[in-house]
Amino acid sequence: MADASSQIASTVPTRRPGRLREFWTYFKENRGAVMGLYVFIAFVFVALFADLIAPYDPSTQFRSAILQPPVWQDGGTWGFPLGTDALGRDMLSRLIHGARFSFFVGIVVVVVAATGGIFLGLVAGFAPKWLDTLIMRLMDIVLAFPSLLLALVLVAVLGPSLLNAMIAIALVLQPHYVRLTRASVLNERTKDYVIASRVAGAGPLRQMFLTVLPNCLAPIIVQAALSFSTAILDAAALGFLGMGAQPPTPEWGTMLADAREFVLRAWWVVTFPGLAILVTVLAINLMGDGLRDALDPKLKRS
Amino acid sequence: MLKYLLSRLATFVPTFLGVCIVSFGFIRVLPGDPIIVMAGERGMTQERYEALSQQFGFDRPLPIQFWEYFTGVLQGDLGRSFVTNRPVWDEFFSLFPATLELSLCAIIFAIVLGLPAGIIAAVYRGKFFDRALMSTALVGYSMPIFWWALLLIIVFSGNLGWTPVSGRMGLMYFFDDVTGFMLIDSLLSGQSGAFKSAVQHLILPSIVLGTIPLAVIARQTRSAMLEVLSEDYIRTARAKGLSPGRVNGLHALRNAMIPVITVIGLSVGTLLAGAILTETIFSWPGIGKWMVDSIFRRDYPVVQGGLLMIAVIVMIVNLIVDVLYGLINPKIRKR
Repeated sequence: MADASSQIASTVPTRRPGRLREFWTYFKENRGAVMGLYVFIAFVFVALFADLIAPYDPSTQFRSAILQPPVWQDGGTWGFPLGTDALGRDMLSRLIHGARFSFFVGIVVVVVAATGGIFLGLVAGFAPKWLDTLIMRLMDIVLAFPSLLLALVLVAVLGPSLLNAMIAIALVLQPHYVRLTRASVLNERTKDYVIASRVAGAGPLRQMFLTVLPNCLAPIIVQAALSFSTAILDAAALGFLGMGAQPPTPEWGTMLADAREFVLRAWWVVTFPGLAILVTVLAINLMGDGLRDALDPKLKRS
Repeated sequence: MLKYLLSRLATFVPTFLGVCIVSFGFIRVLPGDPIIVMAGERGMTQERYEALSQQFGFDRPLPIQFWEYFTGVLQGDLGRSFVTNRPVWDEFFSLFPATLELSLCAIIFAIVLGLPAGIIAAVYRGKFFDRALMSTALVGYSMPIFWWALLLIIVFSGNLGWTPVSGRMGLMYFFDDVTGFMLIDSLLSGQSGAFKSAVQHLILPSIVLGTIPLAVIARQTRSAMLEVLSEDYIRTARAKGLSPGRVNGLHALRNAMIPVITVIGLSVGTLLAGAILTETIFSWPGIGKWMVDSIFRRDYPVVQGGLLMIAVIVMIVNLIVDVLYGLINPKIRKR
């Protein structure tokens, strides 16, 4: 008896590869997505160990080296590989520390928006019709405002800071999760396994979180990846407008706002922060595309 | 169709009410008293404070304030700007043509480049051309447009000196507002060089504002074309011996256009949000810059009124897109 059960246990993995492995098989076919993943891992690494990697403190001002060009241009030195800004701060160190803020913004916004959105979506999907209608109308109201504008006004109300920018962005991104979750809940609820679980006596909470939610996760994961990049972009845009992180914080958007007046004199103070935003957002979007292809069962078959 | 129209309108009304409540609510939950902010550093006497408080109705209960605001909104009364003391409604419509002109040019730029790019990519699926186009589209989609604007300024205004950095018109030209569109007004004025100046001022902002819609349209066109190209009637058309140009251009493109048109309609929100950044960078005297300036000046009636007007415009456009969509595609109506 013990023999038989161990035999079954040992044959299971060979017959059906684990979910993660199956996912990886599909994911790695998309070369762009894998590249995006590598860049993202590098970005996370830089964000986590910014203090160790950065050559200088991001707010130290070198008065003798103001607006020094990058090393490959005339007047550049290896002391400041990407040059210095108008206050003589090292661009490279500021960019490295900036990664930390963008990463932080992305994580917090996605966690807040997704948690709230998934919860509201589940409730809307399971609730009686009046509550469902109420929740969806509320979401329609939020969606009627262009997200950046609503975030901007929210931050103006709450007072400009990175924290308030994150709250505002999370709030305007939330309706997408609600809609997505509700749509897949409604789709799943008609299926036999959900009905079976109800017959077996599962309560509404158990049904919501344990029966239905795991089967709705694929599109939500993709949405999480995409809103990570939206969050970084919007936070940088708010910083650029002076409504996000405040100077001297080395946030990429705020750095760009500081650099605006040097647009025609010192290209490097403008180019590098924007390039950092673009590369990060692009990597995450590439990854998101790969995730969608790997998680979407419709595409798998073809 | 009537039933569909009515049901769609039925969702419009509560959303409109909600949008009014949200825009009304902002000014009331703000930390800080708007009247004191208005007085600025000079301060004001207690009587003046009470007189103003009465004038703006801040001394009355909230529901009554809202009712008055709401009935005012329905009559086109959005209050007066703290700074200029002009009606917000008038200010909005004197600036709106500038934003409309910029947005139209941006979306035309996006369609003219995005549609052919998407079609070509779909027809040559998996080839080098497809991959190059779609990688470019993804870069465009990920672009922080405020940075993109600065880069274009560095290259085209700074290094090459081809385009001006800001504004709508060269300073040496002066003529009356007829339509509010610089391109048309400059032609009507008959001044030589005015039209050229208007075009030069428009080029960079249009490219910047059109970049994300361009990427979205290219991607959407490609995927819609791919879907249609695998349909049976396309195979039939090919089997009949029609030329590839006719199959792709006539049979496939027509049916692929439906989702593309939807995307174009829905990009109005993107355009208005993008206008905030684009107009601020290029000092373009439109709604976006007006909103940002008003936020910094704490001109609350303008922020409130502008927020409401923009949301209503987005809602109306979405409604029109939905109705058109239902008109084209009967399947939608039945839901």
